[in-house]
Amino acid sequence: MSTIDHQNYEAVIGLEVHAQLLTESKAFTSISTAFGASPNTQISPLCIGHPGTLPVLNENLVRYTIKMGLATDCEIARKSIFARKNYFYPDLPKGYQISQYETPICHDGTLHIDMEDYEKDIGIKRIHMEEDAGKSIHDQDPHNSLIDLNRAGVPLIEIVSEPDISTPEEAYAYLGRIKQIVTYLGVCDGNMEEGSLRCDANVSVKPRDRKEFGTRTELKNLNSFRNVERALRYEIERQIEVIESGGEVIQHTLLWDPQKQQTRQMRTKEEAHDYRYFPEPDIPPVVVTESMIEEERERLPEMPDVRRQRFIEEFELSADDAYRLTEEREVADFYESIVEQVENPQSVSNLVLTEVLRVLNERSIGIEDFPVSTGRLAELIQLREDDKISSSAQTEIFDAMLEEPEADKSAEDYAKEMNLMQVSDTDFLEPIIDEVISSNPDEVKRYQEGKKGLIGFFIGQTMEKSRGKANPKMVREMISEKLENGDQES
Amino acid sequence: MSVTTEEVEYIADLARLQFEQDELEDLAEDMNQILDYMEKLGELDTGDVEPLEHVVDLEFRYRPDETEEPLDHDEALKNAPDADSDYFRVPRVIE
Repeated sequence: MSTIDHQNYEAVIGLEVHAQLLTESKAFTSISTAFGASPNTQISPLCIGHPGTLPVLNENLVRYTIKMGLATDCEIARKSIFARKNYFYPDLPKGYQISQYETPICHDGTLHIDMEDYEKDIGIKRIHMEEDAGKSIHDQDPHNSLIDLNRAGVPLIEIVSEPDISTPEEAYAYLGRIKQIVTYLGVCDGNMEEGSLRCDANVSVKPRDRKEFGTRTELKNLNSFRNVERALRYEIERQIEVIESGGEVIQHTLLWDPQKQQTRQMRTKEEAHDYRYFPEPDIPPVVVTESMIEEERERLPEMPDVRRQRFIEEFELSADDAYRLTEEREVADFYESIVEQVENPQSVSNLVLTEVLRVLNERSIGIEDFPVSTGRLAELIQLREDDKISSSAQTEIFDAMLEEPEADKSAEDYAKEMNLMQVSDTDFLEPIIDEVISSNPDEVKRYQEGKKGLIGFFIGQTMEKSRGKANPKMVREMISEKLENGDQES
Repeated sequence: MSVTTEEVEYIADLARLQFEQDELEDLAEDMNQILDYMEKLGELDTGDVEPLEHVVDLEFRYRPDETEEPLDHDEALKNAPDADSDYFRVPRVIE
């Protein structure tokens, strides 16, 4: 364990996030972007770098990027240009990546993050458009690398933060927020493990009382939210130790090794880059019209903060419940579609937050794969609302529905089949209650002498004798009426 | 401004080209001549001129986000110096 007092240092972190956009076709050619096709089947002469091909810009690449810019309060450039980033690698057959350099389409935005006991705005320096490279496979052939160019030319946006992030936890929150926004907007599926979201980090440390930033290192290969947090924690620690032991941090690109839980330096050859950017001569400057911006602004969905606030006001939910329900757009949609069919929004919140999210967690699935329809869940909740079943019966029926997700049975069918319908029928309840009263004369006497708390005892006895099927409200009314009447008779 | 043979070698390396020493010297001389010529343009006062990003004055056109038939798989691999039935094959890029 290190004995260094880390309180004397602070970290300066900036993140670069790449998000793969959910367009139908590639950035510069009408080839499908669908995931999972067999190798080298989703390509055109442009994707494989044949001479004489020309890129033509996909309108949705620009529109999706504008959306992201609007959602993060960016300025939208009315004119921006593409640039060539030149380097040689086999998965980039043209010898350059089409990207944006000096004039990104979006710039100077902000992203709000909520931490446990404070909140913070992180600056967005820029968001620019670019194309993805293909995929290289190094482990199938001992002498060769294999290249699949299906992904070559798939559109990406790169979101570059200002160095406003101070802790690994803030970095984690920032990423979570980016994921939330891209999925709310529907421009990216937000899956970091599958590479739809990728993150690189720049990090340096400095003594708290110093103004200038220290030398930074760049971290790559951070392919999960947790890895970003862990790699930053490791690297901050490492840099502080280097400085404390009298050394100097050297500007390097480092790879995170998730197995060893440490960073390692890339070979100098891997990082020797001089990209010689210049304006892409094959694509004229991108013109964004006012009407495009207005159309995209109108298409913006209700964003998470606004939706959360509306849930609190409209459905009278607690701030915490509203936060959890709006964290993912799909969960919030799911919740609202049940609420439309049921009287009490709070009971829907309870079921979704306890039962539904528990199942998603246990099965590691997203809500889009939740097997029971919102309509059937709505019936189930309404049944409980109408006092036709008990709350434990609600859980039992919920579990039964999960077992048979395709069954054409309503919640009420289940309740009847499983003998869980509460009985409010006085003809059924009366003999049971009479029996309970006549077999407990002592309690009756004490109740009538003023020990009114004993009502609970009578209800419990009746519930037990009815095997939980009696409607407790009804039972309470009937018992108290009988006991009070008994009082008059004596 | 003067280009050295070391700089020519560096640029050649970035472009994956290799030259003998005498070729490097010739190229450095050529490049210096080109740059001298460019310097001449620098004598003009262009303070009021917008930077030119593109030589053709086109009205910008977008492509609708639609898909077309891809290139036939075998056709695509046909011109590759090396390939197997699925992939382009290149000399191993990592050790």
